[in-house]
Amino acid sequence: MTSVAPFLVFLAGAAIVALSPSRLRPIILVATPVVGAVNLWFLDPAVIPDAAVMDIVLVLHHGDRLSHLFGWLFHLAALIAAIYSLHTNDRLQQVAALAYAGCAQGAVFAGDLVTLFLFWEGLALTSAALILARRAPGSVRTTLRYLAVQVTSGLLLLAGVTVLHVDGAGTGLSVMELDGTAAWLIFLALGIKCGFPLLHGWIIDAYPEATETGTVLMSAFTTKVGIYVLARLFPGTEELIWIGAVMTMFPIFYAVIENDLRRVLSYSLINQLGFMVVGIGVGTEMAINGAVSHAFSHVLYKSLLFMSMGAVLYRTGRMGGSELGGLHRTMPATTGLCIVGAASISAFPLFSGFVSKAMIMTAVIEEGHDWVWLALLFASAGVFHHAGIKIPFFAFFAHDSGLRPKEAPPSMLVAMAVAAAACILIGVWPGPLYSMLPYAVHYEPYSWSHVIAQCQLLFFSALAFTLLKLYRLYPPELPGVNIDVDWCYRWLLPRLARQALWLAGEAAVPLRAASLALVAGATDVGRRWGGPSGILARDPVTGTASLVVLFVFALVLVLHLVHGL
Amino acid sequence: MSLLQQLPALQVAVPLIGAPLCALMGRPRLAWMFAVVVAWITFAISVALLEHVLDAGPIHYTMGGWPEILGIAYVIDPLNALVLVLVSGMAAIIMPATRIGINVEVVHRARHLFHTMALLALAGMLGIAITGDIFNLYVFLEISSLASYALVAMGIDRRATRAAFHYLVQGTIGATFILVGIGLAYMMTGTLNMADMAARLPGVSHTAPVQAALAFVLIGTAIKAAIFPAHSWMPNAYTYAPSLVSAFFGATATKIGAYMLLRLVYSVFGADYAFGEMKIGWVLVPLGLAGAVAGSIVAVWQHDLRRMLAYSSVAQVGYIAAAIGFANHDGLIAAIVHVFNHGLMKGALFLVMACVIMRLGKADMESFRGLGRRMPLTMGCFVVAGLSMIGVPATVGFISKWYLVSSALDAGLWPLALVIVGASLIAVIYIWRVVDVAYFTDPPPGARDEAPAMLVIPAVVLCALCIVLGVTTDLTVGVANTAARLLGGAP
Repeated sequence: MTSVAPFLVFLAGAAIVALSPSRLRPIILVATPVVGAVNLWFLDPAVIPDAAVMDIVLVLHHGDRLSHLFGWLFHLAALIAAIYSLHTNDRLQQVAALAYAGCAQGAVFAGDLVTLFLFWEGLALTSAALILARRAPGSVRTTLRYLAVQVTSGLLLLAGVTVLHVDGAGTGLSVMELDGTAAWLIFLALGIKCGFPLLHGWIIDAYPEATETGTVLMSAFTTKVGIYVLARLFPGTEELIWIGAVMTMFPIFYAVIENDLRRVLSYSLINQLGFMVVGIGVGTEMAINGAVSHAFSHVLYKSLLFMSMGAVLYRTGRMGGSELGGLHRTMPATTGLCIVGAASISAFPLFSGFVSKAMIMTAVIEEGHDWVWLALLFASAGVFHHAGIKIPFFAFFAHDSGLRPKEAPPSMLVAMAVAAAACILIGVWPGPLYSMLPYAVHYEPYSWSHVIAQCQLLFFSALAFTLLKLYRLYPPELPGVNIDVDWCYRWLLPRLARQALWLAGEAAVPLRAASLALVAGATDVGRRWGGPSGILARDPVTGTASLVVLFVFALVLVLHLVHGL
Repeated sequence: MSLLQQLPALQVAVPLIGAPLCALMGRPRLAWMFAVVVAWITFAISVALLEHVLDAGPIHYTMGGWPEILGIAYVIDPLNALVLVLVSGMAAIIMPATRIGINVEVVHRARHLFHTMALLALAGMLGIAITGDIFNLYVFLEISSLASYALVAMGIDRRATRAAFHYLVQGTIGATFILVGIGLAYMMTGTLNMADMAARLPGVSHTAPVQAALAFVLIGTAIKAAIFPAHSWMPNAYTYAPSLVSAFFGATATKIGAYMLLRLVYSVFGADYAFGEMKIGWVLVPLGLAGAVAGSIVAVWQHDLRRMLAYSSVAQVGYIAAAIGFANHDGLIAAIVHVFNHGLMKGALFLVMACVIMRLGKADMESFRGLGRRMPLTMGCFVVAGLSMIGVPATVGFISKWYLVSSALDAGLWPLALVIVGASLIAVIYIWRVVDVAYFTDPPPGARDEAPAMLVIPAVVLCALCIVLGVTTDLTVGVANTAARLLGGAP
């Protein structure tokens, strides 16, 4: 059995879908991740050749345990999203989805930074197409903002890699110290992809604006590729602990007051990424295991939650918490599946979040970061609050919105059921996941103390929500826009830039006139010499042309003879 | 002796003997088929030779068993093996298109001789590239030049005759200069074999005849390569010749000139002498860059696109001349690679012109209005080859420019690197003008009307090569690297 690099399967799938008639497209869409999985199973890394661009070797495939874990995860996520998307038959989305999944595969199996960069940019472009595919008013602008951020991340990465290359440090994927220009550039690039505080605006801006399927895929791939590379390049970097802790905390407040439920989930996504970033920052074997396994379970439950919200969006066309409510009457299956996702993200015992997040927490306390541990504890309670309770409550229960949509389409239900089953399976039986982790696992999640502590946390968190609701202290669901850092670049920066440009324009009127004159002058000179009647373009007169040649010859001859003297 | 050992002789003999046979056939269709077969056999031979040279090192072949110094020797190293592949490959790709191509663009009374002349030109150019004998080089130069004048004169536009006449005068001046240079060198060394001459020249290099010989050879090859300001024959010749002739010559003729310059400077006069003592870099670099800028500027204002492409060739040859003039390893690679790469893109662009003329009768800016919708494939080729001309990454043009710029930097001449980049930016203007008209103006009424497959396919093949060889550079840069090392690199 000969195999090819995993990303090729998806890119080939994308190409075939692009050319297939509409009846075949869904079949290919679903078949591609399956073929990809078979390919990955039989993969012999030795048969995949390196590519070369000029003198740079591109290691297209480098598979170790970490890569493989993410590779399998992304296959599963791609399959789930493919099934989920069967309700539409939109060529743009299907091609973009497969290409996007291909780039994600390429990124996690990339064996050097240049290859990683190529797929990094690929991820940006293909996922942008998924936002564009929503075709809502404003989609184009959102896409452009998203692309601007992603391409910036890519350029930072490229700049870092270039500095490394010029310094002769090699462009391999090896652990880096956070010192020197190159490391900081790459760190910043990763920071954008991982949604570090102040760099996270794009997640909040773009994720809620993609198509139903698009959001599911994006929540699975882009940020997790960031986490994967972070775990590869910067494990044990202490700054990450603090960055991660902030990431777990601040989104909670936004998530509580946010009305758009997919935006709530986006905030909760950042919060979850925070846990992983903390784990990577701690950097012990258990912490890395925890971060990676949390990424694994996170992809599953977060896509489950996004899928359930996508189903609601698809059936009702609304996403605001204030406009929804009472949907459990007509969408009972979606409600149930959403609750599975909510329970997983809240780390209920027997659900996936429980077995992965606990490892990070334990590693944090073992390394003596007590304050961070407390912060994470607070964040865990917050997660339950906004993701575990708020999402299902406002969408499916709460006040009756009067909406009576149909149950989600079967394809969506199947996809959600697969994800839900995976969530429960991992929660009940963490052994297989643990066995795939980069390091050997010496951790038993189901100890009495852990289970009881988590139950207490969840109980009091639920109690707080109930009390706040009862006494009407809970922030009401109000349609509105919350100001986050994206305000900076969506509102402040353009205005500042306009002001600055205006000022510069006033100051630069003479400069502008001068440069215009320069351009006009250059064009004029160009036209005079090279234009239709210019001396350079004139139809040659044989005699004159020969004289020119003779003249040059004479000069050269003199030059030579003078040199020879 | 096996056939394989005779490949160097066959490389030239096949098209040379094929040419008169073509003339005897009389019927154009038959002559065409025969010429195609000959071109492809020639191409196959050149590929075999390149492979052999890369595997087993340079080939020395003596005609009729005469010792190399007395008889005519063919010497094939990676440099001329690559040039052989370029010339015969372009012939093989373009020749099939000539069957329908000549119906529109060649005067009726000359059609039966078209393929004869094409094969003669091919044989001449291959001979120039392959020979190790300096007088033999001149003979082949005359063969290819005379055939070229005839081919240009076959253009259906009446101005073709005048263009051919001007080409004839200039070309003859160039050939004469080369002949005089060869004569002076022969006078001082008493040998015509290149290697032998190279061994004897250092002993007499301080003499005025040898110094003058280098000047004669330099100017002679500059005319043949159309290095500015000796380029005057090229714009009209390429504008009024049949487009397929322009495609073939645009890809090969000036390149043969550049090859002669490289060969004579490096393998006969010696880089140390030419660059170190005689400072021909002082001539080549300023003229090359002046040509790059001037050619690009003039190209911007042209109305007839074939003329625009011809001036673009002036600019591209300028890059090659400058690269040779920088006289370092990267410069040598840039020159060799650009000889090959520019052949691909210019060939593709002139084929596009042939397609457009086939459908619209002319190739001026007017006829390109809305062509993106009318002839999507043809215009697609124009865009790809045009991007390559600009030097966009992932095209062959980028590879050439990369080595060219790094060669300028190596030579410590970073302001010239800026000039090179600036001239490339002018290329953006003249390519974009066409793209703008073709894609962003409304087409005149008329349905989709793609050129016949026989014309479009060669253009597509060349464009594909522009991209493939822009990504995998083993063939071009790899061979150029070996060739540059064998030539002895920088002085």
